[in-house]
Amino acid sequence: MAFLFAQFLTGLANAAALFLVASGLSLIFGVTRIVNFAHGSFYMLGAFIGIYLMEILPGAVGFWGAILLTGIAVGLIGAFVEMVVLRPIYRAPELFQLVATFGVILVIQDLALMIWGAEDRLGPRAPGLRGVWRIFGEPVPKYDIILIAITPFILFALWYLITKTRLGVLVRAATQDREMVGALGVNQAWLFTGVFALGSALAGWGGALQLPKGGADLLMDFNIIGAVFVVVVIGGMGSLPGAFIASVLISVLNVFGVTYLPQSTLVLMFVVMAVVLIIRPYGLLGREEVAGEHGQVGAPETPIRPYGPMGQALIAALLLGLALLPLFVDQFMLILTIDMVIFALFAASLHFILGSGGLVSFGHAAFFGGGAYAAALLVFHTDTPMELAFLFAPLAAGLLALGIGWFCIRLTGVYFAMLTLAFSQLVWSLAFQWRAVTRGDDGLVNIWPSEWLSGTETYYYFALILGVGGILFLRHVIHSPFGYALRAGRDSPRQAEATGIDVKRVQFVAFALAGAMAGLAGGIFVFAKGSVFPTELEIAKSFDALIVVFLGGVKTLAGGVVGAGFMTVVEDWLTRLEYWRLLLGLVIIAVVIVMPEGIVGTLRTLWRRIRNTDEETV
Amino acid sequence: MNFLRRTVLATAAAMALVPAAGFAQETIKVGEINHYKRMAAFAEPYKLGIELALSEINEAGGVLGQELEFIFRDDQGDPAEAVKIAEELMTRDGAVMLTGTILSHVGLALSSFAAEKGYLYLASEPLADSLVWKSGNPYTFRLRASTWVQAAMLAEEAAKTDAIKYATIAPNYAYGQDAVEAFKANLKRLKPEVEFVAEQWPALFKIDAGAEVQAIERAKPDAIYNVTFGTDLAKFVRDGGDRGLFDGRNVYGLLTGEPEYLEPLGDEAPEGWFVTGFPWYGFEDGTPGKTFVDAYTEATGETPKIGSLVGYMTAQSIAAGIEAAGATDTESLVAAFEGLTVENTPIGELTYREIDNQSTLGAWVGTTALEDGKGVMVDWEYKDPAPYMPSDEDITAMRPAE
Repeated sequence: MAFLFAQFLTGLANAAALFLVASGLSLIFGVTRIVNFAHGSFYMLGAFIGIYLMEILPGAVGFWGAILLTGIAVGLIGAFVEMVVLRPIYRAPELFQLVATFGVILVIQDLALMIWGAEDRLGPRAPGLRGVWRIFGEPVPKYDIILIAITPFILFALWYLITKTRLGVLVRAATQDREMVGALGVNQAWLFTGVFALGSALAGWGGALQLPKGGADLLMDFNIIGAVFVVVVIGGMGSLPGAFIASVLISVLNVFGVTYLPQSTLVLMFVVMAVVLIIRPYGLLGREEVAGEHGQVGAPETPIRPYGPMGQALIAALLLGLALLPLFVDQFMLILTIDMVIFALFAASLHFILGSGGLVSFGHAAFFGGGAYAAALLVFHTDTPMELAFLFAPLAAGLLALGIGWFCIRLTGVYFAMLTLAFSQLVWSLAFQWRAVTRGDDGLVNIWPSEWLSGTETYYYFALILGVGGILFLRHVIHSPFGYALRAGRDSPRQAEATGIDVKRVQFVAFALAGAMAGLAGGIFVFAKGSVFPTELEIAKSFDALIVVFLGGVKTLAGGVVGAGFMTVVEDWLTRLEYWRLLLGLVIIAVVIVMPEGIVGTLRTLWRRIRNTDEETV
Repeated sequence: MNFLRRTVLATAAAMALVPAAGFAQETIKVGEINHYKRMAAFAEPYKLGIELALSEINEAGGVLGQELEFIFRDDQGDPAEAVKIAEELMTRDGAVMLTGTILSHVGLALSSFAAEKGYLYLASEPLADSLVWKSGNPYTFRLRASTWVQAAMLAEEAAKTDAIKYATIAPNYAYGQDAVEAFKANLKRLKPEVEFVAEQWPALFKIDAGAEVQAIERAKPDAIYNVTFGTDLAKFVRDGGDRGLFDGRNVYGLLTGEPEYLEPLGDEAPEGWFVTGFPWYGFEDGTPGKTFVDAYTEATGETPKIGSLVGYMTAQSIAAGIEAAGATDTESLVAAFEGLTVENTPIGELTYREIDNQSTLGAWVGTTALEDGKGVMVDWEYKDPAPYMPSDEDITAMRPAE
């Protein structure tokens, strides 16, 4: 009994930092609707700044004063980021801002490396709080007790701020209907900046408060972000009490998981999230998202139509150019182009459900990696001929998408995104942990194509035909009646239902098709690289695709393909430089600010404007 | 799509500039691929070690009368990216061979790629046993002492004590699992009566130290085997120390004594753990190890890490290999690396075994202690890996037919 109680206390202590960071993220999302990937970076900044301040401020007063100052400092940094990076793009399509926050992550990572160096820092101890107190005979670190004691005060302070002050009233009003708040004369820009600063400050406090239990290192931004998103989603996006309950729930379950299922550390929280979302689709204390609440911003989209003769001629010329490429360039250029084709197909498959279906998936890598693994497993274990194994890649990925889609399709918006994330994480952990079959992160190696395909040039044509074929097929589907039904379901589900379209079933089929196409890309990938590792199933891989789709332009047809081409080239070029993450981050932020409709969208608008002016002058 | 083509052409133009910006033809180039950003704490000392060796080699006239040059490229820790860069280094930049990587899975991807394309790959830092054994191939050589060997050294020491009940804690991925498996196998062989009462598997760099410590304490082991490192180790040591987990228990720590992991712990470094590591501070004057430490400290203004040593010896091995081959084509290089002897390394003479392409670099073992508020290894010795290797028959059986 005493042991169980001590474990419970450990869980509560762990919940403290998690709650601080998660509540900040939840606040920011609730008001600004920004999914802030960079939230982990503010947590990391909090840790580094906290150590710096604790080193110059002496004693107990210095320690707690340093924590307080850290939050303020990180809050100011957050306000700066909001004003410079995010304010220009609030009018962009939904979730577009997450690309900008991704750029911010890269910039902060390199800046932190420049300022604080690569070595891990151990956090200073809280003065007078080293050692343990014994509770029912079990040792409990003193600092844990302090954390447990102050968390309710923080929750109370936040609750007071939100429910009893004028600022809180405005924040709550903006959470419910930000257009109306703006219409009532509240300066939205400053409200958003203020909330973003407060959310960042909370993350900074979280980073500083955990110092006596850990420290500061350059990987901590990515290491916490998964857990924070899980907590926010389980609690319900935008709900502070929900974030509190969820962080306690996750932390306590984790402690018991460590003791009774030591192998579960990789997936436990994602399993919990999946279960919660399947039972309560909007989290424990979240409310249902009202359709149209924050979906469409800006002018309604013009109907799409197939390219005219000029467009078709350009595409044909491009394809001809690609087909003749081996005559002009060296071997490496072909390999880079193969990579580009694979990534373009992968991005196009995500773009298919995201752009035309309005389904934002955070877990699309499950199908790319799933297809790659399906083919690789066949070759590795049964020596299946490459041609047969290759066919299996899109098939298995499509089946996987059918399975995952069955659970996810019933949700919408960010909750759909998070459930796909949870499932992709489950697939990842399966590949990672089931070593007897998948060899874990030693990966499956020596998966090379058959003799007749093994030359770089031959494989280039193989990848080109299948990759381009896949992309053209997806475009064709978008222009077919099925594609129209899919877009009807995205733009106006009720009207679509009324005209006899089974929206959920159409989305389900589209999801499976996108999965199969991602699997096809995975199949081309695995035989091009000769090996596959769980990294291909990671969250980062899903986000790669997501970012290029947004970068290319969600509301365009070529967005995924162009974004993928742009990203492959920019990355290939920038990673040669010392501080490439800083530069890549700045490039992403610049593109996002200059081209809020994505590369293709902005070019299209520009083209129209030029043409119109021409017509006027004529 | 039009944009795609233009960017392709733009890149072609941009990349055409890269070789032009390089040096004259009088250099022999080696492609070095690593996770310089993602694993900055480990990759930076490694790179400094390479640069030190390169300056010494080139001052002494280079190799085959030409300057030796490394092309450093960042793969972001992504195996697919590493394979792509490897292709570029070999086909476009004119590298004669490949080296690098810290993460084992990237090393395995490069190894498979090297074998398929017929390039030579010297895996410098990755520890996975399968690199030279189960997935070994004739084109892949490995410098650093493997997980199996280092775990076997700890198991040998553990078998000398009375401890029967062991708990293990290791990060939940291939390296951690291999390390625990190797320790168990070796310890059971030496002392069949031992039992393992708890196996803890925290996710890498996401340890919940309090919970792990409680779970181990609950199993009441006589001794603990630790494989965690980096921030996980710091948290584990801190929470375990506070809660008295290590009191009266023997602890064996794989890699715990390496400066990369011991130094950040400061005055909270654990005392009395038996560990593998790199006690550079204890090297005596006049030994090759001390010469290396002095040269490194002078050149970089920093104290060496184990990565510095590995980087230094990587460049030394490659210079020796090219010199022995007398040419830079892959076939001659592979032939030269088979059984290659490298003179004057910080550990003396180093050879690459013909049987499995593994080098004879061993490991330092010793006990941790606190000196001047810093964790160090005392009573340490350098151990040759040979006695800890599986038998030649076992290795031959493990390696796919060559």
